[in-house]
Amino acid sequence: MAALEDLFASGHRACAGCGCSLFLKTLLNVTGPNVIITEATGCMEVISTPYPESAWKVPWIHSLFENAAPVAAGIEAALKATGRKNDTKVIAIGGDGATIDIGFGNLSGVMERGHDILYICYDNEAYMNTGIQRSGSTPYDASTTTTPAGKVSFGNQSQKKNAPAIMAAHGIPYVATTSMGYPADFAKKVRKALSIEGPKYIQVHATCTPGWGIDSALSIEILRLAVETAMYPLYEYENGEVTSVKKIKGRKPVREYLEKQKRFSHLFKMPNGDKEIEKIQQIADLNAKHFGLDVVEKAKPKEAKAE
Amino acid sequence: MAKMAVIEGSHAIAEAAKVCRPAVVSAYPITPQTHIVEDISQMIADGELMNCEYVRTESEFSAASVILGAAAAGTRVFSATSSQGAVLMYEVLFSMAGMRLPGVLAMANRSVSSPLSIWNDHQDAISARDNGWIQLWAEDNQEAADMIVQAFKIGEDRRILLPVMVNLDGFLITHTYEPVEILDQNMVDEFLPPYEPLYKLDPKDPVTMGALAQPEYYTEARYMIHYAQLCAKDVIEEVAEEFGKKFGRYKGGLIDTYKMEGAEVVLISMGSVIGTMKDAVDEMRAEGIPVGIVKIRSYRPFPVEALREALKGAKVVCVLDKNISMGMEGAVFTDLKAALYNVKGSPDILGFIIGLGGRDITITDIKNLTNKGFAKMRGEKVSEMEWYKLDVDILPEGI
Repeated sequence: MAALEDLFASGHRACAGCGCSLFLKTLLNVTGPNVIITEATGCMEVISTPYPESAWKVPWIHSLFENAAPVAAGIEAALKATGRKNDTKVIAIGGDGATIDIGFGNLSGVMERGHDILYICYDNEAYMNTGIQRSGSTPYDASTTTTPAGKVSFGNQSQKKNAPAIMAAHGIPYVATTSMGYPADFAKKVRKALSIEGPKYIQVHATCTPGWGIDSALSIEILRLAVETAMYPLYEYENGEVTSVKKIKGRKPVREYLEKQKRFSHLFKMPNGDKEIEKIQQIADLNAKHFGLDVVEKAKPKEAKAE
Repeated sequence: MAKMAVIEGSHAIAEAAKVCRPAVVSAYPITPQTHIVEDISQMIADGELMNCEYVRTESEFSAASVILGAAAAGTRVFSATSSQGAVLMYEVLFSMAGMRLPGVLAMANRSVSSPLSIWNDHQDAISARDNGWIQLWAEDNQEAADMIVQAFKIGEDRRILLPVMVNLDGFLITHTYEPVEILDQNMVDEFLPPYEPLYKLDPKDPVTMGALAQPEYYTEARYMIHYAQLCAKDVIEEVAEEFGKKFGRYKGGLIDTYKMEGAEVVLISMGSVIGTMKDAVDEMRAEGIPVGIVKIRSYRPFPVEALREALKGAKVVCVLDKNISMGMEGAVFTDLKAALYNVKGSPDILGFIIGLGGRDITITDIKNLTNKGFAKMRGEKVSEMEWYKLDVDILPEGI
């Protein structure tokens, strides 16, 4: 990888420790130059293209907040109509607000119609560009500026929308979740998605250091904790069926993930905060059960014999 | 030899779009635009529209986004919509013009909710007037078809690079059968060369489109759109004349005039009502009444100079607006007053809100409001702005 030219150039305006800009840089290392990117309004658009500067060394377009998917569909249609499709990959990118909230309807349309595009949602779990407001992808009990923790509230009271399952329900060939805590997993899934013709959806967990209230040096560690606690399960769907999951050996309690982030810090101070943390643990337990994440120890029968 | 056919306005539009060889068509069905997209679907199904991707979206917002993306990829694009669909497109329409991406949208003009009405007026397009699109207005089926071809040429001109909306009255044009000369493919190919974009999304030559503009750049970017609109005044005239020479039909450039010789009262409007106005004026002229018509073909850019010139001898102008800017007046009325405000000896101007939500406009109506123009000329008291034939009997008491 070191020999490659960075197609997402340095010098952009992302924060130190930003998981989302790491996502863009890694993405282009995987795709190479034969790609056209459409991007929704959001942090990654704003930090990368303040006119007259651009961090993009591949063709890139931004139109609006909620239309990265249909703009990509239009590009794909144009390439097909003019015989320029070749191996050019069309990739649409949006944050969780653009993808899971405001652009969800038209994303569904693009997926259902079978356009040969890859949609990647960088999921930092709130509207970070506008100042950390709650989105449909914000986890339970996270404090945001529109779901602040207060004397009578623990923060966001709804659960994270299960967007990957809804995408998989379209019967599209490939859906995956991944995390910038595991760049190799991300690269592998992007590579796999791009080898498949038709609509693909990848949701990548990525930190927002001010939005989550974390030490910028801990970005990767915290993303890994999300996976290790089953707060952010990593899996693949192919043609509507789960075909692989990232197993967890010795799953950690969610407390270890929550306590490192300011957005959950109220849970450790408020009366009954423990009960809320228990509820979050149950969400993680359900994830683990649903996807069969826990590695079951195999040594036990042998021990029994020895007795 | 040109082929004539008695066809719906919608079919004429679809035929015109076809011979312009769009690479991508995207649309969502809405009354009264549906026949256009159905006809194009049939052309695709019959293999008549080759090398064209037709994307049937889940909303007008997406249809507009699809053609925006396809235009950015450097191809010729077409869509059609109406009313609520157009309103749902508004955000994308601003974006497409701002990004200087040409393309043509046929707008089957219809009223806007609420109350729900599927019938014709001009509110959908008028409320989209500030988004940077060029707006052309057709009087009949033939002009609508011809305008589609002209619209591509205008929008793709390197001096312009803007999308163009071709307005045709819902039902009155879309669903009405008239004799139309079918555009010949070879002649259109000669008139409208393949689209050569200035920039396109291409991995061989990467560009960034749709960057963020700080206050240092935003004003200038917006000024350039305005400047292109001003340049379009010449280009619209040029293209109309070139079309006239090639196809033998010239229906005016920015405006057209009818029986303006010695006209003291002049009627101004846009769209299919011009046909009714012509019938009324014919009858009034036969009685020796000096009345003429100015038809606006280009609403944006607004033909300020052309209107000043055409209205030089007029005493009173009556503007028929099939739209209303709530809390003010009809949009064409406002614009015309603005255009003539600093002109010495300019005529008195009367505004009429008429034909909203599909209410018929008859020859008698045209004559009645022309009479108001002459009353004004004689110095009688006439209200400057009137909701024509407002039925006070069905209004609540006290209004």
